[in-house]
Amino acid sequence: MRVLLVDDEQELVETLAERLGIRGIEARWTTNGDAALALIDQEDFDLAVLDVKIPGINGINLHKMMKEKCPRMKFIFMTGHGSQDDFAAGSAETGVDYYLLKPVTIDELLHKMNQLMNK
Amino acid sequence: MKFLNRIKPEFWDHRIFSEGPYSSQFNFRRTWYAAVFLTSAVVLAPLIFMAVMDYRATLHDVESEILLRTSRLVSNTRRTLSYFLDERRSALDFIVHDNNFKLNVNPERMEQVLENLKRSFGGFTDLGCIDHQGIQCVYAGPYNLTGKDYSDQKWYQQAVKRGEFISDVFRGFRHIPHIVIAVKYYPSEGGPFRVLRATLDTAKFNDMLSHLEIAGHGDAFIINHEGVLQTPTLFHGEILEKISLPIPDFAPETRVFQWVTEKDVPLVIGYCYITNTPFILMVVKHKKELLKSWESSRRELIGFLLISVAFILFVILWGATYLVNRIFQSDQKLIFSLHQVEYTNKMASIGRLAAGVAHEINNPLAIINEKAGLMKDLFLFKEEYKQNEMLMGLLDSILKSVTRCGRITKRLLGFARHMDVSIQTINLEEVVREVLGFLNKEAEYRSIQISIEMDENLPNLDTDAGRLQQVILNIINNAFAAMENNGRLQVKAAMADKDNIVLSISDTGCGIPEADIKRVFEPFFSTKTGKGGTGLGLSITYGLVEQLGGNIDVKSEVNRGTTFTITLPLAIKEKEMKNSCEYS
Repeated sequence: MRVLLVDDEQELVETLAERLGIRGIEARWTTNGDAALALIDQEDFDLAVLDVKIPGINGINLHKMMKEKCPRMKFIFMTGHGSQDDFAAGSAETGVDYYLLKPVTIDELLHKMNQLMNK
Repeated sequence: MKFLNRIKPEFWDHRIFSEGPYSSQFNFRRTWYAAVFLTSAVVLAPLIFMAVMDYRATLHDVESEILLRTSRLVSNTRRTLSYFLDERRSALDFIVHDNNFKLNVNPERMEQVLENLKRSFGGFTDLGCIDHQGIQCVYAGPYNLTGKDYSDQKWYQQAVKRGEFISDVFRGFRHIPHIVIAVKYYPSEGGPFRVLRATLDTAKFNDMLSHLEIAGHGDAFIINHEGVLQTPTLFHGEILEKISLPIPDFAPETRVFQWVTEKDVPLVIGYCYITNTPFILMVVKHKKELLKSWESSRRELIGFLLISVAFILFVILWGATYLVNRIFQSDQKLIFSLHQVEYTNKMASIGRLAAGVAHEINNPLAIINEKAGLMKDLFLFKEEYKQNEMLMGLLDSILKSVTRCGRITKRLLGFARHMDVSIQTINLEEVVREVLGFLNKEAEYRSIQISIEMDENLPNLDTDAGRLQQVILNIINNAFAAMENNGRLQVKAAMADKDNIVLSISDTGCGIPEADIKRVFEPFFSTKTGKGGTGLGLSITYGLVEQLGGNIDVKSEVNRGTTFTITLPLAIKEKEMKNSCEYS
């Protein structure tokens, strides 16, 4: 399983990628939307974990663009916000599969990832 | 007093808290006074003024009419009396100029003349001829008066002096009131004069006056110039007595004047001097009697005026009270809305603040979580650390604390999220637990037991979670304030019917007195005045429940506790929500 992590907190995505790596999951990370779009052009990913607020393109738009490029890709939103926008992002309309509020334990994240991949 | 208390409008005891240039506009009692007095003055002053003017004008008219009528009556009667006396004097005059009579006067002839006079004119009692020495030489009549000496009698002297004379009423030798008409004549040229004297019965005279129909306890009579009554009267004395009224001044024509007796009886007196006689005709009427019918109609009008004034005052009082009360109520509503807006804004600010804080904290928290997680991961791969319970314990403690912080920020975010108006599908128990989450610590410190009993089959609600949360928070806050330590709070929920859910929150607090229970949902009603209570909590709660399409009820027993029961529809109607949002 190849995972792309997008969040403006570099320390967070870096550490998370490492922890996933320890668990045998190949994870790439970036801190902005444009880089994320560039990455999915170059490499294949099964799943993306996105923050809602990302510099440049916001998480929701990024999700739309990525979905267009890779329709088979699965998405999990991870956010520190609990506002209405975030909630809308988590609704069925956007087609986001999971919506998690930070801080998320690694077990919870892995559990959701596995659930998604097995769908 | 009880009745006054019952009809007392709401604004009456309203205390004015505000100060400043326009604070007087909130003095509703003063507004009420101004409205009542101004309206009363504008309405009643012209009415009363008109009534007084009308009273005076009609009184004047009626008095003039009375005077006029009296004057007319006096004139007519005077004419009749004058005619009566003139006719008889002329008759005597005619007799003395008759040559047969002049030259040959004897008792038989005199009897015959008297008989003719009685038949033609009436009123004559006797007839006599007196010589120049004053001795009655010939007499015809019922008394034996032949040879009587009249030389010292006033009438005789006057008749000799003036040629003819009408006396006033006197008793004379016969002791019966009578009038004498005397005419002087000369039986032969150059010879001594004689006086023909006729006595008139006063009964005829009295008849003429007593037949007059005089309104208002009226009295018509004759007096002489000395004020001695010449005819009997009804109310003013006997014949030949001095009258108690003033003797009117001489006037050639009829006059009417008003007089008040010593006993304060107002009289209308009409009089006239009868020419060539010693008589004054007087008609006396009681003014009060004459004004009686006018006064009774006046009384009716005054009664009507008083009823009108009472009715107008009632309408003014009612109208002013109603209008000022309406202003007061809309003012209160406005103040309440402003407070509600303030409250909503405050809640929204708190929500935004909470969301901001939670977000700011969540990211570093996530980093701590990942860093500590990575450390734990790394330790788990290395045997030497894996066995170090202390290090693993420390890491677990960090991770546990992060999870705890995460729960707190999630709760804050939940609270903030609900500040926005939206209808969501929620689980009532979750909302209740979320609210209680904020109060758990306080409950622990104060040893307040909290029990939640929810029906197992309770369906989810489609409602505005934020409002519901505020409702529950307000009520539980109140319950906490009402309870001493070691109290018990019970939250129960069950289906009321197929469309409604009923949520009840009971405490074991101080309770609400019977007298206050009706007012607890009123804005600004507070028992915590001065202790930080605004009196808005429960009224806002009431408004929020209404916006959610439900209703709220309260039951309480003093010192036993209070139960708030909220009935909520399973699904709130969109339209209802939209309308209510415009007012919130």
